[in-house]
Amino acid sequence: MTTRIVELRRGILKKNDELAAALRNRFSSSGVLVLNLVSSPGTGKTTLLERTLRELRARGSRVAAVVGDLETDNDARRLASSGAPVRQINTHGICHLDAEMVGKHIDEWQSLDLAGLDYLFIENVGNLVCPSSYDLGERIRVVLLSVTEGEDKPLKYPGLFNSADAAIITKIDIAEPCGFDREQAIQNINEIRPGIRIFETSARTGQGMDEWVKYLASQRASQQVSKSAS
Amino acid sequence: MHELSIATSIVESVTETAAAYPHARVLEVRLRVGALASVVEDSLQFCWTIVTEDTPLAGSKLVVRTLPIIVHCVNCNSDSELSGVQNFHCPHCGHIAADFRQGRELEIESIEIEEPDSVQPAATLPEKVEEAS
Repeated sequence: MTTRIVELRRGILKKNDELAAALRNRFSSSGVLVLNLVSSPGTGKTTLLERTLRELRARGSRVAAVVGDLETDNDARRLASSGAPVRQINTHGICHLDAEMVGKHIDEWQSLDLAGLDYLFIENVGNLVCPSSYDLGERIRVVLLSVTEGEDKPLKYPGLFNSADAAIITKIDIAEPCGFDREQAIQNINEIRPGIRIFETSARTGQGMDEWVKYLASQRASQQVSKSAS
Repeated sequence: MHELSIATSIVESVTETAAAYPHARVLEVRLRVGALASVVEDSLQFCWTIVTEDTPLAGSKLVVRTLPIIVHCVNCNSDSELSGVQNFHCPHCGHIAADFRQGRELEIESIEIEEPDSVQPAATLPEKVEEAS
């Protein structure tokens, strides 16, 4: 018997990365801006998204959402009340969405016309660890942190916060009763991801929603510019 | 708890490579895992035993090499290793440094196989894969 070493040097999530790259191309050529919302459970992804969908629709934008949960279609039903087309992905125990699940659901969603959309939101499974490794083909990864969670969340979960392109501090209307140290939170986010764009919102009072929606519009416009330039 | 899906992906990938060596037995699978890759080794080892059961990889050893975070500092233009995942400051000048040059890796580095001496080396070697960025 002889033993030898065979070099592989292969990414473990190579398949996911390849599927995600293909999805990103598809999204970009359809002209739809795709965002992946990540946070721990209970941060308010669904509430923020529901309001975002309403506000974008009120401005004449064409929007849709895909929402991932272990079980139930409660979130999809909540989001659908905004009038936007919504599709639920149930992962049945898997703690994150991956590119294959997203691709499959988009393919099966026959009434969805990607090219007729301005924005597609993917609400990930509530989890601050696993979604950081799985690219879904999104253009912008948004991490949410609520004022009830504590200012040191970014330091505790650096992997996810570092992988984000934008951060939203949610439930800002109850920051004071929660004893939330806003400056410390912003500093912590900046330490993990220097220069990241940070929003402070309350989906209940509407605080900060305007700035967030304007940011979305500017991101979509810059995607269109880079699309026509390529 | 995504170690189970990671273990499954490793099995798929290694099985594919090992198919080029039909008489060989896989002894060891060696991984490079960055400190920021959010992978818990104990949990991965536990899943490894389960997912390799009844596959040609049963009984193989999973060796995980953890890679420290290396950050690039824009202030003093240096690359340095960080001692943990909490303090993202340049150890030289103290400037915030979160431009990671290493630490997110999640890759299979190599496998160690055992072949009977009488078997000719496989005619086709697995395709050389570019190093992940």
